[in-house]
Amino acid sequence: MRRSIDGGNMSAPRDKFGRPIVVVTGMGVVTSLGAGKKDNWTRLTAGESGIRTVTRFPIDGLKSTMAGTVDFVSVDPVSSTGLTEQLAKLATEEALEQAAIGGKADFPGPLFLAVAPVEVEWPQRLELGRAIGKTDFGYEDMLRVSGGGRFSAFHHRFMFGSVASHLAETYGTKGSPISLSTACASGATAIQLGVEAIRRGDADAALCVATDGSVNPEALVRFSLLSALSTQNDPPQAASKPFSKNRDGFVMAEGAGAMVLESYESAMARGARILGVVAGCGELTDSFHRTRSSPDGKPIIGCMRKTLADAGLEPEQIDHINAHGTATPENDKMEYNTTAVVFGDHLPKIPVSSNKSMVGHTISAAGAVEAVFSLLTLEHQRIPPTINYEVPDPAILFDVVANKARDARVTAVMSNSFGFGGQNASLILTREPA
Amino acid sequence: MTEPTASGAKEVWITGIGIVSSLGEGLDAHWDALNQKRINVDDKRFAPYIVHPLAPVSFDAQIPKKGDQRQMEAWQRIGTYAAGLALDSAGVKGNQEILGRMDMIVAAGGGERDIAVDLAIMNADAKGNSSPAFLNERLMNDLRPTLFLAQLSNLLAGNIAIVHGVSGTSRTFMGEEAASIDAARIALARIESGQSEIALVGAAHNGERPDLLILYEFGDFNLTEKYAPVWQRDDKGGFALGSAGCFLVMESREHAEARGAKPYARLTKVVADLAQRKQPGAVTKSLEALWPKLGVTGDTGNLITGATGVGPVTSEEKEFLRQHPGFAVRATGTMFGHTLETQFPLGLALAALSLSRGALFPPNDPTGLEVEKPGVPDQIVVLGAGHWQGEGMALVEAIK
Repeated sequence: MRRSIDGGNMSAPRDKFGRPIVVVTGMGVVTSLGAGKKDNWTRLTAGESGIRTVTRFPIDGLKSTMAGTVDFVSVDPVSSTGLTEQLAKLATEEALEQAAIGGKADFPGPLFLAVAPVEVEWPQRLELGRAIGKTDFGYEDMLRVSGGGRFSAFHHRFMFGSVASHLAETYGTKGSPISLSTACASGATAIQLGVEAIRRGDADAALCVATDGSVNPEALVRFSLLSALSTQNDPPQAASKPFSKNRDGFVMAEGAGAMVLESYESAMARGARILGVVAGCGELTDSFHRTRSSPDGKPIIGCMRKTLADAGLEPEQIDHINAHGTATPENDKMEYNTTAVVFGDHLPKIPVSSNKSMVGHTISAAGAVEAVFSLLTLEHQRIPPTINYEVPDPAILFDVVANKARDARVTAVMSNSFGFGGQNASLILTREPA
Repeated sequence: MTEPTASGAKEVWITGIGIVSSLGEGLDAHWDALNQKRINVDDKRFAPYIVHPLAPVSFDAQIPKKGDQRQMEAWQRIGTYAAGLALDSAGVKGNQEILGRMDMIVAAGGGERDIAVDLAIMNADAKGNSSPAFLNERLMNDLRPTLFLAQLSNLLAGNIAIVHGVSGTSRTFMGEEAASIDAARIALARIESGQSEIALVGAAHNGERPDLLILYEFGDFNLTEKYAPVWQRDDKGGFALGSAGCFLVMESREHAEARGAKPYARLTKVVADLAQRKQPGAVTKSLEALWPKLGVTGDTGNLITGATGVGPVTSEEKEFLRQHPGFAVRATGTMFGHTLETQFPLGLALAALSLSRGALFPPNDPTGLEVEKPGVPDQIVVLGAGHWQGEGMALVEAIK
């Protein structure tokens, strides 16, 4: 079902708070399931997993050996930051083509980019070490060979702003591009920054992109050492088990999501096809602990309530939740407990699903990837399943869309993202302006 | 939801400033150091590289729990400390009602590494001793589990939330010097429009890191051998990394007045752009394009720049400054070194401090580019041009 709301709607293009309505006119997505909305949606609703045993580098000695890697995209020279950039470009190009906005390399608004923190990576570090030409060296020896232009490309590649800079140049976004990290909530934050800019009237359009290509040995080790990853390596497709009793952690993954946001007024004026509305955004910081949620769940509860208030919606008006649903023991329990407080008696009527059961946790990209999937859910009136849901956790009483996609009437989706460092962000996406 | 419609932008005040750097901590110490033209460089520890080391600081004063300090690497301790100073200065420390709804934008790098672990792996690899599993095994066995949390960019904000209770919203911008220009720009825009009432904005940088020296050496950006003030560095130039943390509390005038807060200055405008620096003069052109958007009222005034001292950006910035000869210039890089993400908040802080003290601090430049500027300043321009990309400016004004 494809339906457009452009044209013919004479209501003022402002929301009930008098702010410009923010609509989506272009979307792009890349995950381990494939490139583009079409492939992703087909596989997502068929319950396919993109998780596989890692082949990009040796897995000997690792506790978790599977990931949702994007293996059909490669970059030379190899680096996670390079792959991150390439994934962002694929998603952005799909979004721009759909939105048909601006000229070539002339996007008429700012760029907000959610991206993993950048640092020099092992292939480059080892290359530097081999260039020293002796053994038993110290950092002074590394410094001695670092300059003189031989490694100048490393400087440029491993600046935090490098991915955004290249995207800004390629797509001609306006002004200073913003690279941001709110850990696993980054994708949602990028969209929120775009929404705020349009509501302020600072921009008529914004390009919001979230990308992560950082499945590398050290990244896997880091999350392993924090006991955050699933170790159910065999079979890899069954590792990510959101809301299941036997869940044991998330599965790292790669991907990118991109959205062209516009004011409703500006989209209507140019006759753009409107794909959906970002009706509300909210965030609330948890100051309890670096990696754990406050036991009372108040920050997450507050985050969801702020988002409902921002959208001007009551809990009863939400008819699907695209959960953060990482499949870590703590997240899923906490997400259920807090969601139950916010939605109360209405909760059993809300189908809940976690895309991460199939695409894994795309970390910095997740909020935007899942926002794209939420809008596709609204478009197709069909909710992707949570796969690997064989042993329900009796303490999590969500109406989980178990193992098979479900047709449903969906008018408003809440998409949640929670991250290390007390980051909580939620979005509410609707089909049409309220 | 309190966003105003046609009523116009809200006035934004800087009501809190926290600085810790190579020159000390707090506003009085910095004001004295600037007036005494003090500079603190260490040319031995990382010789031939020069750094501006953090002055001795008792972290306990702002981060009382040793457990919290242990969870952080130096850059996070510096930033959490400076954030605490800013909250104290704004008179909101411990005020849960305000802190619970305070918005935070931190400009951050990250990734302090365990140099010993890295070197052991690199040496084994250079000796040809590395089996395919070697890297994995060493990382699994040798990395401290909590090091990752000290490396994550958004965990400076996370630590500020945990230690000081700043828990409205939390956003971390990345991207070297430009990240903090944008942090100030977005915080200002949000408060002006009513999307936010009060915000904590700032950054931290630990310049005493071999891994950072290596990263910037890739691009030949480091100053070596002999320290020189920014404007005196030769054509090749270079920056001396500096350690510093700087945070500002910004709030709407209404919000500040309602709680009886005393402002240091008004933040009137922040503008930023990203020139693709492919042609000579691109930075000069970018700065010239930003200038008229700033709202500077005359041909004379004051300007604090975070000029890095590296070529060609600093010479292009000099060219821009030559076109505005009525402005008395101060380069913070001379005294503080290059503090990357912290450079712009530091400029804003010193501008607000100068306006609140009714004087611009004296020049510290043997080349004569910086000149004495007697009188009481009413506007100070803050300029930031990143060492490889990103340009921005702010206008800070006295509140009379």
